[in-house]
Amino acid sequence: MSNSENQTPLVEIKDLSIAFGGIKAVDHASLDLFPGEVVAILGHNGAGKSTLIKILSGAYKRDGGEIFVNGEKADINNPRDAKKYGIETIYQTLAVADNVDAAANLYLGREILTSYGTLDDTAMEAEARKVMGRLNPNFQRFKEPVSKLSGGQRQSVAIARAILFNAKILIMDEPTAALGPQETEQVGQLIHQLKKDGIGIFLISHDIHDVFDLADRVAVMKNGKMVGYAKTTDVTKDEVLGMIILGKCPDGAIPGPGAMQEA
Amino acid sequence: MNSLNNSVGADKVENEGIFTRFLRATEIDARLLGMIAALIMIWVGFHLYGLLVNGFGAFLTPRNLWNLSVQTASVAVMATGMVLVIVTRHIDLSVGSILGFSATAMAIMQVWILPEILGLGHPLIWVITVIFGLMVGCAIGAIHGYLIAYLGIPAFIVTLGGLLVWRGATFLLARGETIAPVDATFTKLGGGPYGAIGATGSWIVGLLACLALLGLLWQGRRKRVQFNFPQRPIWAETFLAIAGCAIIVGIVMLVNAYYWPKGIVRQYAEANNIDTPVSEIFISHGFAIPVLIMLAVGVMMTFLTTRTRFGRYVFAIGGNPEAAELAGIKTRWVTVKIFALMGTLCGLSAVIASARLGSASISLGTLDELYVIAAAVIGGTSFAGGVGTIYGAILGALLMQSLQAGMVLIGFDAAMQQMVVGSVLVFAVWIDTMYRRRAK
Repeated sequence: MSNSENQTPLVEIKDLSIAFGGIKAVDHASLDLFPGEVVAILGHNGAGKSTLIKILSGAYKRDGGEIFVNGEKADINNPRDAKKYGIETIYQTLAVADNVDAAANLYLGREILTSYGTLDDTAMEAEARKVMGRLNPNFQRFKEPVSKLSGGQRQSVAIARAILFNAKILIMDEPTAALGPQETEQVGQLIHQLKKDGIGIFLISHDIHDVFDLADRVAVMKNGKMVGYAKTTDVTKDEVLGMIILGKCPDGAIPGPGAMQEA
Repeated sequence: MNSLNNSVGADKVENEGIFTRFLRATEIDARLLGMIAALIMIWVGFHLYGLLVNGFGAFLTPRNLWNLSVQTASVAVMATGMVLVIVTRHIDLSVGSILGFSATAMAIMQVWILPEILGLGHPLIWVITVIFGLMVGCAIGAIHGYLIAYLGIPAFIVTLGGLLVWRGATFLLARGETIAPVDATFTKLGGGPYGAIGATGSWIVGLLACLALLGLLWQGRRKRVQFNFPQRPIWAETFLAIAGCAIIVGIVMLVNAYYWPKGIVRQYAEANNIDTPVSEIFISHGFAIPVLIMLAVGVMMTFLTTRTRFGRYVFAIGGNPEAAELAGIKTRWVTVKIFALMGTLCGLSAVIASARLGSASISLGTLDELYVIAAAVIGGTSFAGGVGTIYGAILGALLMQSLQAGMVLIGFDAAMQQMVVGSVLVFAVWIDTMYRRRAK
């Protein structure tokens, strides 16, 4: 599926399936991701992108298939398991706890404790100031509940939370959907920086221009099935659109089970 | 955009009034001040009404205020737990029934069972009884929590069922009787002249409270300096220290100004062979034990909500349950713990309520759920979830009880009392909603 076959993939998803009632939201999808690589997952609304990624991050339980992390079979049943494997997720819905401040959100579920076992808020705030200073130097509103922040500021909190704990695999579900152009640019720079650190990134997006700027490879889904995989250098934007809309696999791409069969 | 915001903010700082600057510098919650103002208005209002209409202002007397503090204890203890329940977007309608059931279970334990085994008046009876009562409450709460969290039944329904089930169970358990008299030491937990710690004890408590306040202020400042965070101005710190200590000393003087009734003093004098005429002996009540229990619960619950992981998770779940789950919090288990805690606090309130009566009647705690919920809500706990404070709930309970006691003192009849309390609840929530909308 990829050029770096001699390397062990960071994540390998094999034949993953999940059904809600009678609807096969994800139908035998396979995908892999290598260190320092950005793989974009594309598709229409309801194609199964978010669902696939929610299985990987432990929010949904899969019906079938396997997940390998660094070549070893991974047992992911809930979000805590996923974090153990270094998989961090930034959700489309900006999953932040609105009524607590930025530091509390960054450390939610993994709080720094004092030697008495109580919350060390000052230490958490100091760390939060450090990481936010790197990510978004304009960010100053540490004492306020996150609900008072703008969309972009909330997004930087969500991203900071993901990178704070040395994620190896980062899942970004529509990371720029809520952002203005300047903040989108910042997220782009951040992705390049994370790539350099050897972090693998799954990028879910509607925006095909974004994808060609940021991703090394694309994987296209339609009706829960994989249409095909392609390097962004091997295909044009129009060809990828063809994959998304029609399920038609161009020559530069490797077809998957969901590809339209040529008559 | 950011710099624009900052400059707007800076303008605001320059233009704000003295009061706003005072609030900002001392970091006192405006809502807290509002509640205290409302409380003072109610107190003064009832006193003046009594003075003008009945010719005697009974409200602002040490005796009434002392009684008020004891009457508040039971509801306030439960209200602190209700804050956590409502913060996580649940409700507990069963607290009154859990209180009744625990009280009856404890009464049976100390009146029917333990004297048989240990002998009447054994010093361990009250200890075993209290632990047993807390465990009963905790177990019932945990069952409710399990049904809500793991079986997915709405809290409203589970606890509505619990309201009926545990009241019925109380009736069955007590065979319809009122069980009395409870253990003599146990009775002290309910207050009364013998259930108070006296003048010296109260001064010690007051002194410790002052030291704790100063210690907290000092430690808070040190931590801020250590991490280079903005600090309160010195004048604000000094103000907080002096005002806080003054309030504590004032309260101690108040509870010490309420002396034992003559009848009790006579009993006491006879029992201890004191020859001084009864009219010349003044023995201070000091803090009542249930009030100390309430304050201890308040401190512990505040610590739990603000300084521990559990508390952080409670508020995170209340703010966004889905985000909390995705962040890896075991939200269901936290829910079970919240309801178990609520049940335990009901058990504690059952101790206070039944000790105060000296018996456990099967109707003990009836309608308490409404007062508890009202106290939490008046205290600023939001039904939308994620917002609420422990001190607010305790103040809310005090406010409700003040209204109730005040109306009794000035001679309103029961029907009128209900109408006023109900209206005040709705009014308080309306004020709160307005405040929140403006704060946004």
